[in-house]
Amino acid sequence: MTAQERDDLTDFPVTLIRPTSGFVSLKLGELWEYRELLFFLTWRDIKVRYKQTALGAAWAILQPLLTMIVFTIFFGRLAKIPSDNVPYPIFAYTALLPWQLFAYSLSQAGNSMVASQQLIKKIYFPRLVIPISAVLGGLVDFCLAFVLLIGMMVYYQIAPTQGILLLPFFILLALATALAVGLWLSALSVKYRDVRYTLPFLTQFWLFITPIAYPSSLVSEKWRILYGLNPMAGVVEGFRWALLGKSGSVGPMILASTLAVTVLLIGGLFYFKSMERTFADVV
Amino acid sequence: MSQPALRVDSLGKRFQLGPTESYGTLRESLARLGKAPWKRVAQTKRQDDNPTIWALENVSFEVDHGEVLGVIGHNGAGKSTLLKILSRITEPTRGSIEVRGRVGSLLEVGTGFHPELTGRENIHLNGAILGMRRSEIRRKFDEIVAFAEIEKFLDTPVKRFSSGMYMRLAFAVAAHLDPEILLVDEVLAVGDLAFQNKCLKKMKDVSGTGRTVILVSHNMGAIHRLCPRCLLLDHGTVAMDGPTEDVVRAYIAHGIEDVGIVTQESNSDKPIHLRRAYTAKRDGDHQRDFRFDEGLSVVVEFEVNQTIDGCAVWAGIRTVEQVWVLGSTDTDSDASRLGARAPGYYRTQLDLPASWLNAGMYEVVVGINRNAPPTSYDRVDIGTFNILDVDTPARLRTGQSRPGILQPFLDWRQGRVTADEPSPKDHVGRHS
Repeated sequence: MTAQERDDLTDFPVTLIRPTSGFVSLKLGELWEYRELLFFLTWRDIKVRYKQTALGAAWAILQPLLTMIVFTIFFGRLAKIPSDNVPYPIFAYTALLPWQLFAYSLSQAGNSMVASQQLIKKIYFPRLVIPISAVLGGLVDFCLAFVLLIGMMVYYQIAPTQGILLLPFFILLALATALAVGLWLSALSVKYRDVRYTLPFLTQFWLFITPIAYPSSLVSEKWRILYGLNPMAGVVEGFRWALLGKSGSVGPMILASTLAVTVLLIGGLFYFKSMERTFADVV
Repeated sequence: MSQPALRVDSLGKRFQLGPTESYGTLRESLARLGKAPWKRVAQTKRQDDNPTIWALENVSFEVDHGEVLGVIGHNGAGKSTLLKILSRITEPTRGSIEVRGRVGSLLEVGTGFHPELTGRENIHLNGAILGMRRSEIRRKFDEIVAFAEIEKFLDTPVKRFSSGMYMRLAFAVAAHLDPEILLVDEVLAVGDLAFQNKCLKKMKDVSGTGRTVILVSHNMGAIHRLCPRCLLLDHGTVAMDGPTEDVVRAYIAHGIEDVGIVTQESNSDKPIHLRRAYTAKRDGDHQRDFRFDEGLSVVVEFEVNQTIDGCAVWAGIRTVEQVWVLGSTDTDSDASRLGARAPGYYRTQLDLPASWLNAGMYEVVVGINRNAPPTSYDRVDIGTFNILDVDTPARLRTGQSRPGILQPFLDWRQGRVTADEPSPKDHVGRHS
């Protein structure tokens, strides 16, 4: 072999294709290589959504706004649910923001693998790109709805605390929760089409066990860490703490939530990866 | 010697048939688990007992850098499975493949196109899906648009595109992909002929620049033109590997295949009812691949349950681009069939001339209609047949294939004339 030939050879990346067995590798490096595809799929989802809807971006604000109004009337006024000494509308809206982000991202991610089956059967890329891009698509709506929150904070004259610096962390936590559950569900949905019917129920159920219409202070202190195992409880209380300067310590609860998400996410990643090799054959 | 671009070594792919591979519902699995949790381990082991099929078995071959390899074989021979494994969409069950270079695959034209997005947006999206870098797409953008000839519609959602425009755009993006190794599956069957030729030319350019190409196709013309070497797959194994001319001949010689027959259950609700239909040789034996100079027939078997009149059994042939070649009914040659048909089981055979249809793939549709009141009793696609690209006039004379739906041997009457002596007919022709 001449030196020239050796140089030619090193130009070509060598890939070995063989049956995988045993331990599953996450191959996150490969995911990074496909970051442009991730970007384009997210961009497509967002673009298509706003093209196909008559109200477009208004939906992003209308949904939490209307929910907030209903909550305020029924839970705040009529049922007189306490709101930790914060005006009820902003109390509810601050929780609805991350909730909508989570609920939307979860439903998109959960259905994403079946929705993209055409792609899966015809082209190779790390399949993780699909649920991740589905989750990221929810961020645009979130940002739009956030503008309304700023307006409300000005109206109610509530200044955010220094805790606002931690807000990105709580957003990340909400996305991670959606991704973690989304990974499990989307991988399951390839084999079991029940998932499509499970999702709406799951989201509704989850809404009730998350302190959105009510404060987590209704739960007694000693149970609160256990309550924090619902990651969205930690996210919601984290949002209120960061934006409304709610008193009381939310630290232990958030810690529990973070831990729960981490376990759920890592499990989801490995489960998804272990199913990945058969996706194209089964879907 | 340098290393080959692709080295496939005793590759095997097994698919499981039966319940474990079909969509389950969660309930079934949970029920299974609930009834007998201890059986679970045993059950996963027992999966091996389920009927399985080896879509590929012990396939080995090598492809050098810059080589263009054709892969042919009947439907279900394993061609698509091979490409899917090479492009890493699905995993092999056995064996290994060593790939040197970036792989681009084109198993379908327009994968990931979104109808709501504009042409411009879809170019970016599709490019990214096919594995192009953003900078690469930007650089080639104008070239892609020019190749697809859609400049004016760049900002129109592709759902408003004609199917031709859609295909042109989709192929244009794909054609500008330049990986070291390109895998192509039967995508040339789309688009009009002029565009097909443009694509073939583009692919030839690609292979001319030292790129490795693996092409799966039923289009023997394309295989002939692009691939010096060819692989014949048969029931998941490599039946032959060698110069294209030889392999294609062998393929034709062992051509008979037992699919492409449509059979329907007896149905007494209908007064007249199609039972079986297939393409066949003149003697009525089923066949799907025909030599150019061989006569092709369409056989239709139908059942009349009660006396009925005004009915016609028809057959239509169209190209895979959905251009109708012809339609014919059994009343064309015998108008008395429009009268009453007595109950019974009938078999009718439509004979098409030999040395007539050009080489390529065609689809056959058959059916039974009634004129008054207009009723369609049956309409069935019976699949495709191939006219093989060997011994056509063009191939005999020039070794090339020639466009067109028909390619009969036609007479050219010709004699020597002096230049200033117009023929009597010529005079008429000029003024008409």
